[in-house]
Amino acid sequence: MRHGHGGGGAPTLELILIGLAALAVLVYASGMLTSRRQGRAWSTDRLGLWTLGIAAATATVVGPLPEAAQGDFVRHMAAHLSAGMLAPLLLVLAAPVTLALRTLHVTPARRISRLLRSAPVRFIAHPVTAGILSAGGLWLIYLTSIFEMMQAIPVLHVLVQGHLLLSGYVFTAAIIGRDPAPHAPRWVLKAVVLVLAMASHAVLAKHLYAHPPTGVPIGQAHDGALLMYYGGAAIEVAIVVIFCAQWYRAAGRRLAPRSADAPHTGDAHRTAPATMASAK
Amino acid sequence: MTSSEPPSPRSPDTAVDAAARDTRAARSGQNLWSGVLFGVGLVAFIDEAVFHQLLHWHHFYDRATPEWGLVSDGLFHAFSWFATIAGLFLLADLRRRGALRWPRWIAGVLLGAGAFQLYDGTVHHKWWQIHQIRYVDDLLPYDLTWNISAAVILAAGVILAVRTRPSRAGAAGDSGERA
Repeated sequence: MRHGHGGGGAPTLELILIGLAALAVLVYASGMLTSRRQGRAWSTDRLGLWTLGIAAATATVVGPLPEAAQGDFVRHMAAHLSAGMLAPLLLVLAAPVTLALRTLHVTPARRISRLLRSAPVRFIAHPVTAGILSAGGLWLIYLTSIFEMMQAIPVLHVLVQGHLLLSGYVFTAAIIGRDPAPHAPRWVLKAVVLVLAMASHAVLAKHLYAHPPTGVPIGQAHDGALLMYYGGAAIEVAIVVIFCAQWYRAAGRRLAPRSADAPHTGDAHRTAPATMASAK
Repeated sequence: MTSSEPPSPRSPDTAVDAAARDTRAARSGQNLWSGVLFGVGLVAFIDEAVFHQLLHWHHFYDRATPEWGLVSDGLFHAFSWFATIAGLFLLADLRRRGALRWPRWIAGVLLGAGAFQLYDGTVHHKWWQIHQIRYVDDLLPYDLTWNISAAVILAAGVILAVRTRPSRAGAAGDSGERA
């Protein structure tokens, strides 16, 4: 319905975005090589995660998907899932801040870590704030005229995808970030925020199913809402598994020193089979 | 916490046995909660897989649904996914500590499953009318089967939870728990 607009008028914008994406991959790869030259291993898997994440984000603003998404709510939703959930997850798992702190010279590295510890960044990166920015921004897009406007104005479309990517990244990092986090929040708080964010996503999906955005045919609205509901759940399940695995590992670390430092280590070893036998 | 319990008559190595019992008593709550979380998740999974996807009895959205019904539905959708996974990780943690007690864990599963099914069957289906069990003329047999089975599961969970309380599960109560 709005096929006349979009991509065609903005080849410069597309070129800039492709350039940024290529730069992001190149910088990460050179960071990886620098780290290895310094004798500190950095898994190639992480470069793969980073590249896939950048690709998932770029595909929502460059190429056939954004143009097709102009008049198709299902494709629009696929782009939204890719930019707001899949790409952030992949990018967070690539731990770019750790790589930067490890490979940058002392001065810029210190600057980054000072920035991360500053009050505004800590406020935005807090799970509650990050969750409100990410989930709330999504409600704003669909409940205001932003949705209609982003269909017509290519730059606004890119800005909205950029917001989804950024807020999605900050939120995912707040819940399952691998990068060093000063004052890491408690597990229960993160779990509650994660569940509430997942719920908000599911409620919005069913809301869109019941109340299609302006100009979206009912059939497309239904398919798009179903994709948002179940596609979103698939990525959320991955985040929940990673979150729980991180808790499991942390709880294991707390468990290990106690048995290792115990005064009767030898006794514990000797009596372990006896305990097993007595329990039979 | 368990210092008042009598030493085990079986083994002279009472310190270790007491320590193992102590872990089990202290982790009694985790056994129950791990089960409750998994039970909620299990019922939600059966609801989604069997009644929504396979039978197509439940509907994704029912025009009669009020907005707060969608909120409750979304909260339980999110919570049940989280609960299934978190419940299983808590179970793995219990196993790792040697503190897993299956009867208490199963009591938790029954409690969670029964409570959630009863909530779904009364509040979601009947009060807020998110969707019905099945779109047929005579809904009563379906509602009765749904809610009575939920109440039975919940009651079984309560009985088992009371019977597996840590005070009863002393040195004699751990037979076959670590098979």
